[in-house]
Amino acid sequence: MKKFAWILTFVLALSLIVSACGTPAATEAPVVEEAPAAEVTEAPVAATEPPAAPAEPFRVAVVMPSAINDLAFSQSMYDALMRIQEEMGGPEAFEIVYSENMFVVDDAAAALRDYASQGYDLVIGHGSQYGTSLQEIAPDFPETSFAWGTTAETFGQPNIFAYEAASQEGGYVNGVLAASLSTSKVIGIVGPIEVGDAKLYVDGFKAGVAATDPSITVNVNYIGSFSDVALASEAASTHLSAGADVLTGTAQMVVGAIGKAEESNALWFGTQSNQTSLAPSIVVASQVYHWEVALREMLTLIGEGTLGGQSFKADLANGGEVIEFNPDYTLSDDVKALADSTIQGIVDGSITITLP
Amino acid sequence: MINELFSITVLIGILASGIRLATPYLYAAIGETFSQKSGVLNLGVEGQMLLGCFAAFYVALTTGNLWLGLLAAMIVGALMGLAMAYVTVNLQAQQGISGIGFYLFGLGMSELLFQRLMGTVETVKGFPKVYIPGLSDIPGIGEIFFSQNILVYGAYLLVPLAWFVLNKTTLGLKIRSVGENPDAADSLGVSVARVRYFTIILGGTLSGIAGASLSIALLNVFQQNMTSGLGFIAVALVYFGAWSPLGVLGGALLFSMVNSLQLWIQVLGIPIPSDIAVMMPYILTILVLIATVSRVRAPSALTKPFEREN
Repeated sequence: MKKFAWILTFVLALSLIVSACGTPAATEAPVVEEAPAAEVTEAPVAATEPPAAPAEPFRVAVVMPSAINDLAFSQSMYDALMRIQEEMGGPEAFEIVYSENMFVVDDAAAALRDYASQGYDLVIGHGSQYGTSLQEIAPDFPETSFAWGTTAETFGQPNIFAYEAASQEGGYVNGVLAASLSTSKVIGIVGPIEVGDAKLYVDGFKAGVAATDPSITVNVNYIGSFSDVALASEAASTHLSAGADVLTGTAQMVVGAIGKAEESNALWFGTQSNQTSLAPSIVVASQVYHWEVALREMLTLIGEGTLGGQSFKADLANGGEVIEFNPDYTLSDDVKALADSTIQGIVDGSITITLP
Repeated sequence: MINELFSITVLIGILASGIRLATPYLYAAIGETFSQKSGVLNLGVEGQMLLGCFAAFYVALTTGNLWLGLLAAMIVGALMGLAMAYVTVNLQAQQGISGIGFYLFGLGMSELLFQRLMGTVETVKGFPKVYIPGLSDIPGIGEIFFSQNILVYGAYLLVPLAWFVLNKTTLGLKIRSVGENPDAADSLGVSVARVRYFTIILGGTLSGIAGASLSIALLNVFQQNMTSGLGFIAVALVYFGAWSPLGVLGGALLFSMVNSLQLWIQVLGIPIPSDIAVMMPYILTILVLIATVSRVRAPSALTKPFEREN
């Protein structure tokens, strides 16, 4: 009996080590993204020059709720960090480490605290569920700068930055485009949970469709999970059976929906990251979060000694959100012109998006 | 709006979706039924599914051959089943705990391999719909039952096959006796270890196929943790189905049909909040379980390791 205890311990230890290499989420807890409540103190328009490369590298650590290649939320932050790294001259000037799949908030809190105690200059909690953890940890490390997204809340802490995206803006533009391109006059939306960033995008999209062609039926399906790809796929099938010829959706489980859209030649509008690579024949455009706009601000401020206390909003005006069109999908000139004028209208304020 | 729900197109859509959604549950749960009938609780189904899912996808992506992908998934599932069998039968470990260990291994390994070998989400051309001449053209029924891909057909053919093997063959008799009274079976010359090795490896193979059905038939994509709890629901379905393949079929269909129904409810704009709609399949399953709990009796030797007394 003793022998088996030994071997069992060995097998379990081995499986734990291997699973640690893949950093899995142990349980699936629903992600609650809180809608931004506080007033946003907008930082001035981002400077185009990144801060000069310091003598020793600027070290950034980021904790994310899903994988860095999820073609959605987490990937948007990872890509933004990589762009900044390239701007600043590579890993010797800008060091990035990350912990992905940190679905469980306790694991994330441990990781955040770990990074802070290892002396990273900026520790990012990329997920609104990490708020309470950051609120607890930040006071213990007054020399470290923390950043929290997507939200506007800094808890009044001098070393916490907040960032969020006005995803309803890109949603509106996508909605306008979708309404112009739909021939069946039925559009389907596949959403995760009706909360936070997802809800902003969906509401903005619906507003865009209504403003362009109020006769179009928009069906929304919140599947209740950020990761259930099979259910997202069936939700897309449901929309297609209901007559939709244009689909959109948000969060990482939409890869299932995109697949179903491609099978039926329905068009797809993406958000958070550029989803063209998944279905180059049907993706029209994606609203891509360029978090580097906010990140550059933070880096400049940190260089000047301000470690937090400000919040940033990524939107169409400051380049934090960019509508990236699929170069392989040809848009007719008037539709392209409509898209450009809509973007311009939102940027200069002539178009206001009213959310429910 | 409610009356729209009962229109023919919607009903056909719900049934067809439900049939598809149930497929991975069927493969995994039937496999687990064999294991549990022989007295072994395998909680590692989710891990076996994930590794099988990745193996099928990666092999199909690199070789372009879907059948090779399916074979890869079966081999991977069988190997994990072999490991589980060794840990359960020879080492006589606590079955629940070792199962969770295999789940973590499968989860982490599939994610690690995905990052190292692929790096980004891609798609494959999966198994296409198979049209059966004559049957597929029946209006309504044809679209629901006979316009699916081959792995879906396989799952439903598996049910009567499993029922037949378990109830009408000597092998099935051996499996059931090992699960009910392994001492008696042993005294009659049935090798308990051999039977359990067989059922656990079979369960692993079927879990691998379940994973493959997701990545190269239904969804045609691989993403980290894409089964997201499906394997555990499959284990629960075995209890729900009273350890009978027909019961498992009923449970899987109930769960999947209600899931499919709630998707349509949301699309048709019927004013049920999305959170409630998403809960429906789980609540209904629990209610049915409560209503039928009295008739359910587990295999007597379930989770007990067998040691021959001398």
